Amino acid sequence: MKLFDFWGGVHPAGQKHWSAERPIELLPMPARLYVPLQQHTGRSALPVVAIGEKVGKGQLLGREQGGVSASVHAPTSGKVVAIGNFTAPHASGLPLPTVIVESDGEDRWVEREPPPDPFTLEPEQVAARIGAAGVVGMGGANFPAALKLDKARQAKVHTLAVNGAECEPYMTCDDRLMRERAEQIVDGVRLMLHALQAPRAVIAIEDNKPEAVARLRAACQEDRNLAIAVVPARYPAGSAKQLIQLLTGLETPAGGRGTDTGVLVHNVGTAYAVHRALRLSHPLISRIVTVTGDAVAQPQNLEAPIGALVDDLLAFCGGAPAAARLLMGGPMMGQPLPGAQVPIVKGTNGILALTAAAARLTVEPSPCIRCGRCVDACPMGLMPLEMSKRTRCDDLDGALDFGLIDCISCGSCAYVCPSHIPLVQYFEYARGVLEARQRAEQKAKETRRLLERHQARLAREEQAKADAAARRRAEKEQAKAKTKAGAAA
Amino acid sequence: MSWFPASAPHAHAPDSVPRIMGLVLAAAAPALFCGVALFGWPALNLLLVTVITCLLCEAACLRLGGKPPRLFLGDGSAALTGVLLAMSLPPWAPWWVGAVGGVFAIVVGKQVFGGIGQNLFNPAMLARVMLLVSFPVEMTLWLEPRPLFSSQAPGFLEGLAITFGGIPNIDAVSGATVLSHLRTELGLSRELGQILPGRYQPGLAGVGWTGGSAGETSDLLILFGGLWLLWRRAITWQIPVAMLLAVLVLSGGLHLADPRRFAGPEVHLLSGGLMLGAFFIATDPVTSPTTKLGQLIFGAGCGALIYIIRVWGGYPEGVAFAVVLMNAATPLIDHYARPRIYGRTWRGQSRPVPERAKHRAVGSGETE
Repeated sequence: MKLFDFWGGVHPAGQKHWSAERPIELLPMPARLYVPLQQHTGRSALPVVAIGEKVGKGQLLGREQGGVSASVHAPTSGKVVAIGNFTAPHASGLPLPTVIVESDGEDRWVEREPPPDPFTLEPEQVAARIGAAGVVGMGGANFPAALKLDKARQAKVHTLAVNGAECEPYMTCDDRLMRERAEQIVDGVRLMLHALQAPRAVIAIEDNKPEAVARLRAACQEDRNLAIAVVPARYPAGSAKQLIQLLTGLETPAGGRGTDTGVLVHNVGTAYAVHRALRLSHPLISRIVTVTGDAVAQPQNLEAPIGALVDDLLAFCGGAPAAARLLMGGPMMGQPLPGAQVPIVKGTNGILALTAAAARLTVEPSPCIRCGRCVDACPMGLMPLEMSKRTRCDDLDGALDFGLIDCISCGSCAYVCPSHIPLVQYFEYARGVLEARQRAEQKAKETRRLLERHQARLAREEQAKADAAARRRAEKEQAKAKTKAGAAA
Repeated sequence: MSWFPASAPHAHAPDSVPRIMGLVLAAAAPALFCGVALFGWPALNLLLVTVITCLLCEAACLRLGGKPPRLFLGDGSAALTGVLLAMSLPPWAPWWVGAVGGVFAIVVGKQVFGGIGQNLFNPAMLARVMLLVSFPVEMTLWLEPRPLFSSQAPGFLEGLAITFGGIPNIDAVSGATVLSHLRTELGLSRELGQILPGRYQPGLAGVGWTGGSAGETSDLLILFGGLWLLWRRAITWQIPVAMLLAVLVLSGGLHLADPRRFAGPEVHLLSGGLMLGAFFIATDPVTSPTTKLGQLIFGAGCGALIYIIRVWGGYPEGVAFAVVLMNAATPLIDHYARPRIYGRTWRGQSRPVPERAKHRAVGSGETE
């Protein structure tokens, strides 16, 4: 297949050997599951169960609120023991509304209807079923999948790009999924094509996963609408914008959507979840998680229920006592975790436990020597050194001028920086401040609007009073004139 | 478990500032040894003077500025400045030339601006320009190679005497570089055909057997060092290639136009400090542009200025002047030579997908 190229990028050590040869294993059901109501981009789900209620596996726990939102389901059967705040899998360590389910050990499915043949359904219905199953983008963006499919169908995309690049170092969950469940993925891809009403899908896989390529190629051999694109292993080939550029040579317009190029990108994990949702009526209640890193005793790939604690996964892998840094996701874009007592969510592709040496926690940043490596590495054509320089002295408009809002936070710049400057941290900070500034501006504008309305109302009332008084006066005058006239008569 | 919030990435390329400086030092070493071997002990003495002065000044300034000297001295940048300065000085220059140059390079050229990464000009070249303007006699004291341990070469003690006491019989040793000879003779309206033969042998000049600064004469070793730096990705190709190409095109073109007045490209490419400048001086990351396009402009500008100064300027050689002038232009180049942002036009507007391309199927129907 003819491939194009994306800009910049880096070649971090793959580190996939830790877990790549470990087949997917089922995590034994933990005693308690902590299912956050917000595991996706958009609005939180609303709880539909009560404390003490018995739930079956797959039963709806939280219903999507409409708009950009997604439902969550019970990962196993048991009892709802609490609905409250629990630490989120996020660096902030802030709590999120969470439904806590105590497993009854039976893992009994809730009553389900046998699924109809999805290809007899209308595309909208297919998307609706995907939405009802709580499927979100499993590549990390966590955007509700049904919404994405509906929008892309309306935008008339011609190609579904299925992202199996897995360019993050250490991560092997997509690789294992492709090796072990290729047919299900391909079925999911066909179902998504049906939902999209698009003619063609391309499954993109980095060339460091030859076995996954072979399996998928075998699985879609018969189908002329499906193709495999073996893309060179270079980070961030798996970023949607870069993948589109790789496959089409086109760029997503700034401020636009990927579908503007006629291509929709979905992760292989999402395709698998779609297959399960439509063929088995299984909502998204489990996923493949790579537990890895040099601090993990036995790195492996686990099929874990959503809501299992990171601690449960680590314990199953022999523990990680020497871990100095715990990440959700890979080393390039992963989130540092406040601890192991946080649940895994729909978007958790991996748990990475690194020792202090591997995480390079002792490396101090030094001044920028303007070597330009960050400029070369940036896949977005930005100048990270200029952006960080301006952010440092709070010249956020200057940073914006250099393209701060176009940054995809891939970390390529900070990866290559010989001065070890935490460039991405600067950009995240700058964006935070800018958001706060925007919010403040919005608030000021709203306050002004309300004040003006208030004043307008007061003025109106004043006017109305004056009018009424004038009217009364006029009536009185009239009456007086009448009586006078009467008297005169 | 220790935990502090820090943004991704948590992986890092095995690269650092000290490593880059170390690579450049290692790449410069062969040419430097060659210079010491060709010009004897005084060249080594001068090298030690400049390096030690640079390190001492760096330490003093860091102390004054309240920065941790250990962290910054260890980055190797001050030592590199000292080495590059020594390589660009006449090998038998007196010690105080090296010392004044070292102090100027580090204090005025670098620390006044705020230390590593902040300086506008290449410290070594700034010092060389200052020395050349201030001490023209000492800075144009050229001599023919007299290899270490050969009969003409001074012994160790003699070498110390030369560096720290002055040269006993200056007229007996001093000569001219090819470029300064060219300039003098062309000034007397001689033709190249009469000037160059006997004076200039490209083969010998290539390996370094010619008069010149301590570390600039061996173009071959410098080229090897530079290519090695390219291979190790310590430098990028844009600046050296643009610089050499600019000199090649200008000297070649003018030589074709008037071969009697303008020396050919082989003379210009293999004389003076061009090769050293192209691979070791102009590629200084701090003082050169950060984008590929900017680096091409910068390199071409350096090359053009070198040729212009050599042919029409007031000095026979112009590498230091050219680099310093282009250093001054770097912020301007950086301002204009920005890359295009993904999804945006050159002017920064959102770049729409061409209507035609929108419907082109991915992979154009191939199934592989």
